[in-house]
Amino acid sequence: MENSLDPALPLLEVRGISKSFGAVRALQEVDFTLRAGEIHALLGENGAGKSTLIKVVTGVFARDAGIVRLGGEEVAPRSAKAALQAGIATVYQEVNLLPNLSVAQNLFLDRQPMRFGIVREGEMRRRAKALLADFGLDIDVAAPLGNYSVAIQHVTAIARAVDLSARVLILDEPTASLDRHEVEILFRIMRQLAKRGIGIVFVSHFLDQVYEISDRITVLRNGRLVGERETASLPRLELIRMMLGRELAETTSARAATREHQAREVCASFENYGKAGYVAPFSLELRHGEVVGLAGLLGSGRTETARLVFGAERADGGQARVEGAPVRLQSPRDGVRHGFGYCPEERKTDGIVAELSVRENIVLALQAKRGLHRPLSRREQDEIARRYVKMLDIRPPDPERPVGLLSGGNQQKVLLARWLATSPRLLVLDEPTRGIDVGAHAEIIRLIRELCDDGLALLVISSELDEIVTYSDRVVVLRDRAHIEELAGEAIDVGNILAAIAADGAAVALEAHT
Amino acid sequence: MKGLPPVLITAIVLVAGFAICAMQFPNIASTRVVGNLLTDNAFLGIVATGMTFVIISGGIDLSVGSVIGFTTVFVALAIERWGVPPLVAFMAILALSAAFGAAMGAVIHVFDLPPFIVTLAGMFLARGASFLLSTESVPITAPVYSTVSDFALRMPGGGRLTAIAIIMLVIVIGGALLLHLTRFGANVYALGGSRTTASLMGVAVGKMTIKIYMLSSLLAGIAGIVFSFYTSAGYSLSAVGVELDSIAAVVIGGTLLTGGQGSVIGTFLGVLIQGMIQTYINFDGTLSSWWTKIATGVLLFAFIALQQGLVALARRPVAKSAGAAS
Repeated sequence: MENSLDPALPLLEVRGISKSFGAVRALQEVDFTLRAGEIHALLGENGAGKSTLIKVVTGVFARDAGIVRLGGEEVAPRSAKAALQAGIATVYQEVNLLPNLSVAQNLFLDRQPMRFGIVREGEMRRRAKALLADFGLDIDVAAPLGNYSVAIQHVTAIARAVDLSARVLILDEPTASLDRHEVEILFRIMRQLAKRGIGIVFVSHFLDQVYEISDRITVLRNGRLVGERETASLPRLELIRMMLGRELAETTSARAATREHQAREVCASFENYGKAGYVAPFSLELRHGEVVGLAGLLGSGRTETARLVFGAERADGGQARVEGAPVRLQSPRDGVRHGFGYCPEERKTDGIVAELSVRENIVLALQAKRGLHRPLSRREQDEIARRYVKMLDIRPPDPERPVGLLSGGNQQKVLLARWLATSPRLLVLDEPTRGIDVGAHAEIIRLIRELCDDGLALLVISSELDEIVTYSDRVVVLRDRAHIEELAGEAIDVGNILAAIAADGAAVALEAHT
Repeated sequence: MKGLPPVLITAIVLVAGFAICAMQFPNIASTRVVGNLLTDNAFLGIVATGMTFVIISGGIDLSVGSVIGFTTVFVALAIERWGVPPLVAFMAILALSAAFGAAMGAVIHVFDLPPFIVTLAGMFLARGASFLLSTESVPITAPVYSTVSDFALRMPGGGRLTAIAIIMLVIVIGGALLLHLTRFGANVYALGGSRTTASLMGVAVGKMTIKIYMLSSLLAGIAGIVFSFYTSAGYSLSAVGVELDSIAAVVIGGTLLTGGQGSVIGTFLGVLIQGMIQTYINFDGTLSSWWTKIATGVLLFAFIALQQGLVALARRPVAKSAGAAS
């Protein structure tokens, strides 16, 4: 099949696609061209139309106008299944496989090798093993998929898609939940597939990864095509300009002016705080008007620290104090009572209530804090919602819109607003910029600084060291579920953090998580 | 295979329970008692096999008890009053119950309704229809019935493996093969994992839903025929609450009530456990037969708690790695 393809002839051609949802024009006459054997990054801010484009191409949404040609022939799939049969496969960030079935069943569901109406389990496993071996994976294919890491589930999903004779493979944010080592495995597989003549569409927010892997880049903005470029000849600043439509210096690499270190009041402190098998005992002081960053590799104990601090997890030793007074933090309720707020990493599962409106989501924590017998009047709710929608620039500025319909960045802002409405003294943010586009990224970082200037104490987790360096007054470095170093002032830079992480045993930690 | 640890526990409970019973009443450990146990619970074993498919697929079927009741009345009237040959009556009722199940499956799928509500409606419908046919018990005197009732394989030790027990064993084995070895079976698990995902992966979710409820109702129809052999009568109030007994058997057998995991063999063991408790109470003689329900209730609690524990255990490493993916 691949041999018959003229490399000059595009594999997937999208021409003049438009799509509106009511009055909102999500896509306007967008063109997109994918060649066989290339890795093509599809970029844009949240709300630029990437997801809509993918869903139109894969038949999840019906399009209003335009055509899609695959290998020169016009296709109009009307469901994801039809798209798959046509040869367009999509692997989403949330892996769409069945964790309760075995890896082999997942690979061959509905097309198992059969004999006399019986699934040939042995043959199926053998084929599954061979298929995964192609991707450098040697695992027990009879075990339930849910037993394996997200990375392996991703590879399984890709293997299934490719084996279904996919010619176009769309990877929507495939790396968001993978660690560095797993990303490398994925990239190796992507290159391998591209060599076989498969066209790969790569959607990602990680520009480093885009530059590392992609051949060409298409940028969308506000539902329109901005341009299509060769990756090699597109400077990063130019790319960001295309995405944002404005000059944006790459601010996040340099530390904002070091702020003077006056003695600030301690907001909360933790002495020898820890939990066996969870995080080794640590001591941590969080001061008003100060951002403390938590840096470390995956699984180093960052989220675990945050959960202990908030009370989502019980410590089995040590002493916590709030404004100097000893307190017990046994549940998130305790945390809220002492004026703590926690924005978890998993927005969708642990944070927002997608069906409820922006207003309802914002007042949730405040109402819980007041207790059910003191309901907030509708007027108060409207007031609060309007204030935060304005203050955090939540878009669209409609407090009655279900949060599920907002983009990731705006959902994050709603979460922030929820906790800010409770007037907390300490706010814990776990990966506040994860899955958010460049523009919203900078905005969230600006917000973090502003909140801090208002006297709030902040504990922020991020995988992006540049970012941590930008806003932190102190950085706690973690490794193997222990706090190993605290950097302050001039000592905070990416190099020092990396040095602390890499000091030793880091490689081991990485391996343990693959 | 997938439900092995819970099934193993069910098996251990059965063996241990049987050992305790046998210690107290040595006569229990005879093929005679075991043969009776299989006969007495034949209809339950058949209907619970169908229920296993439904529950693994993430659904529930509350109509099966009523379908059994309707079947007994229909068969009795057809043979005794309308003069229909028994075999024709059987074919007719099986076709009818299969269509009934298919209709419920179609409603569940097309209108995207909770199976609980749809099959609850089916339960009232079938029970009501059987009252409409006849409110009194109709004895069946057809020669086929005495022939079948008299037929039995002799087991060593004097036990009798009756025809209806054989039918049940065949259905259990057939059900196990269907669930664990075929594409249909794999799709049942897929549906229980996630309907949307299964559909994205190419499973014809609508057709599967219809087939699964059709299978459950068809087996309920067979169970109804078996029940009519067992009692030699058709009665609109027969098999009330059997849907709950069969759900209990399925859950005690280690099938996850939320779907996605389980096995037919486990269900069979669950049926045997319920039968064993009944037998023990019969042997004791002083206990009220309601103790069966109490013991079943306690076991059910124990198994649900156990499953929650196992699920929590199974999720732990996943949750950890998700937490670690910070």
